[in-house]
Amino acid sequence: MRAIALAVLWGLTFAAAHAAEPGRTPLPAIAIEKPGQCVEAKDVMRRDHMKLLKHQRDKTLHEGIRTKKHSLNECIACHASQKTGTVLGKDGFCQSCHDYAAVKPDCWDCHQPKPGQKTAGARP
Amino acid sequence: MSENNIDRRKFLAAAAAGAGFVAIAPGIRLVEIAAAKPDNEPVTSKVRWGMLIDTTRCQSGCTECVSACGKENGLSEVKKPRTDAQWIRKIDLKELKTGRALSLPMMCQHCANPPCVDVCPTGASFKRADGIVLVDRHICIGCRYCMMACPYKARSFVHEPHTDQNPEVPRGQGCVEGCTLCVHRVDRGGTPACVEACAAAGHNAMLFGDLNDPGSAIAKRVREVKTTQVRADLKLDLGVRYEGI
Ligand code: SF4
Ligand code: SF4
Repeated sequence: MRAIALAVLWGLTFAAAHAAEPGRTPLPAIAIEKPGQCVEAKDVMRRDHMKLLKHQRDKTLHEGIRTKKHSLNECIACHASQKTGTVLGKDGFCQSCHDYAAVKPDCWDCHQPKPGQKTAGARP
Repeated sequence: MSENNIDRRKFLAAAAAGAGFVAIAPGIRLVEIAAAKPDNEPVTSKVRWGMLIDTTRCQSGCTECVSACGKENGLSEVKKPRTDAQWIRKIDLKELKTGRALSLPMMCQHCANPPCVDVCPTGASFKRADGIVLVDRHICIGCRYCMMACPYKARSFVHEPHTDQNPEVPRGQGCVEGCTLCVHRVDRGGTPACVEACAAAGHNAMLFGDLNDPGSAIAKRVREVKTTQVRADLKLDLGVRYEGI
């Protein structure tokens, strides 16, 4: 009986170790289609993009500051997949990482995940 | 009067786009160009955006402003007339005794003392320094108090999910919203879509500008002719005024 329990335990440990092997764990697809410099360093963006976006959104909405640097629309313009045209979808720049990290931001309830200004709004 | 002003604006815009500021003749004010603030500067209370609607020019049956608003702000996606968001609507009025009829667009009046802001329990309804009243959808909980408080029925609740937003105008299910005076255009020196559409249709019944700038077309007009605030008795100090009602 004890031997069987040990064997089962050993089996489980083995299975767990096996699953952690590279290539067998799902990783986010981070495809940078447009080469070039992001607005901040990669590690800053990975950790703090949400803080930058939140800061910018308050500035834009309440004070009318419409600089491009930390604007969500600019992120989308650069990072939308050329194939699907959006930052969402299985391999979308935003969604694949958020899925991996199991976070569910509600940006997309209101914001358009596809780039492209529909109207220019120039002074007549 | 207002045609002249539009010509002047066109001239100023063309002058600014072309030869720059040098070629502008003496005596012509640069204020309307200056109103297109740099992107990195916050709005200030030096400006008070306003609109003047000339009901003698507004045509009954014309809905150019309403459709322009829907297109600009992505309001026409769902097509459920009973619950669709409505930022601007046309109203036909008739004085029964005399039969005098008028037509006018009604939308958020951008009150200086906005009841919607007073009642909002979260601080989502707010007034910008330049007088534009907005909803911060990041904070709005969809309680709809503001819809009850607004005397002009200017706000709508978004009942359905949306996917066809204009990237410049984020909006979605569960929040209350209303006319933004096309703030995304105004911040870049543009005019609201409805005003543009009304002019394009040749009616020129809507005039948009800075009420605080004594040289602006709208400030001149409100100085010269009698204009009315709807329900002025509420003392809300409206940004939108009407002529001929
Ligand atoms: S018209 Fe209504 S929604 Fe607009 S500022 Fe006044 S109370 Fe608020
Ligand atoms: S619906 Fe939103 S904006 Fe209106 S009162 Fe409630 S929280 Fe404020």
